[in-house]
Amino acid sequence: MSSDTPSDFKLHRSPAEALIVENIHKKFDDTEVLRGVSLEAHEGDVLSIIGASGSGKSTFLRCINLLEQPDEGELRIGGEQIKFVVKRGKRIPADMKQVERLRSKLGMVFQSFNLWSHMNVLQNVMEVPVQVLGVSKAEAQERAEHYLNRVGLWEKRDAYPAYLSGGQQQRAGIARALAIQPRVMLFDEPTSALDPELVGEVLKVIQDLANEGRTMILVTHEMKFARDVSTQVIFLHEGRVEERGTPQQVFYEPESDRCRSFVSSIH
Amino acid sequence: MQWYWVAEYVPKFIDGIIITLQLLSLSIFFGMILAVPIGLVQVTGPRWLAAIARSFCTVIRGTPLLIQLWLLYYGLGSLFPLMPEIRESFLWPILRDAFPYAVLAFTLSVAGYEGEVMRGAFKGVPKGELEAARAFGMSRFKILRRIWLPRALQNVLPTLAGEFVLTLKSTPLAATITVFDVYGVGSIVRQETYRVYEPLLFVAGIYICLTAVIVVFFRWLENRVPRPA
Repeated sequence: MSSDTPSDFKLHRSPAEALIVENIHKKFDDTEVLRGVSLEAHEGDVLSIIGASGSGKSTFLRCINLLEQPDEGELRIGGEQIKFVVKRGKRIPADMKQVERLRSKLGMVFQSFNLWSHMNVLQNVMEVPVQVLGVSKAEAQERAEHYLNRVGLWEKRDAYPAYLSGGQQQRAGIARALAIQPRVMLFDEPTSALDPELVGEVLKVIQDLANEGRTMILVTHEMKFARDVSTQVIFLHEGRVEERGTPQQVFYEPESDRCRSFVSSIH
Repeated sequence: MQWYWVAEYVPKFIDGIIITLQLLSLSIFFGMILAVPIGLVQVTGPRWLAAIARSFCTVIRGTPLLIQLWLLYYGLGSLFPLMPEIRESFLWPILRDAFPYAVLAFTLSVAGYEGEVMRGAFKGVPKGELEAARAFGMSRFKILRRIWLPRALQNVLPTLAGEFVLTLKSTPLAATITVFDVYGVGSIVRQETYRVYEPLLFVAGIYICLTAVIVVFFRWLENRVPRPA
């Protein structure tokens, strides 16, 4: 299979910093969803975030590309710090242009796919390169077809999302994220909305991406999958990092009791 | 039934059809240009702008089009000649004519009704699709242009087709302010020939044909855009 990214990231002694998130706090009304979560990803890292529903893992992921505005905390994407200002008691990004530029380096894959249903698969994958990144149409199409091929959807490039299965839609969503050639891929429970028999085809694609050394942050309920692909696993509980380490540490030698009972399902 | 008059009046009816179609297309064009922001601000805010848009829709939809038309033409239109600066301006030849007042009244009407339709259309676009656009770094304007608006229009195309057919059939009101549309020409025929029913039937037939054109056009348009999920 052809590869467009250097797959030798893992060979570097000290891979470049891809994403640094420090001390994120987030409140919805009076509920504290995140109480100081940090994370550091270097090129080639695959970080899985696990935890019970309501532990704040999706909110944390959404704070990384500022779909939610963190009340506290710092974000650095590819070495560039996001600037915040406080306006009328609310902390918001100082420069939306900066946020848009940094967002276009983060390829997000959503639980509910969120493909644009008025565009066919090819158009979905070409949209951001052409409209945001300023890539020429011809090049964007070439790129799109390449990535659709990667996820096994090239034959479906003219189909509209409504005519695809959930697994196909999610693979198209992954192709859409790949087409921006992101610094970091963000997966927000990519298989949670899928019928059980369709989960495998999507996990297979994510597995391939991990193997070729892509930097990824993955929020998931698929424990075995997280164990097998991750370089680091983070267990969130009530908005705090309860356990963090290699898959071996988190799944087999956790220090926290909560983590132990949570991961016991895979033993 | 006597139809001997038809041949004689065909040229006039053609003029009438042109006037009707001009009135309809101009007011749909300008009306939709207004309807999009009127619908949008009611979903996005700011709140004061949403309140203005909502009041506009309420007033337009809450009063008869005939009265709006007469207020504009007999009200505004009779004030202008009293102002020398307008009477002597280059705009006067336009403002002297009834047709622009009809276009204005129908434009506001389309803006009011379709503004309400567009409000629902914008609201009905799945949040996730807009969020995806945001997550990939699209600016607000780009999201509107590339995702939100096309997606909203796609949802309401059948509704708009029905609305425009209704607009077509309210255009005869313009005849009350001396715009000689299809219906206006029909009235002339009735006065000149003393035939009562035939011209009415003839005019009705023309409206059926025009409606068919709109319906067929929108069906073609609907088939060109993909069905929403």
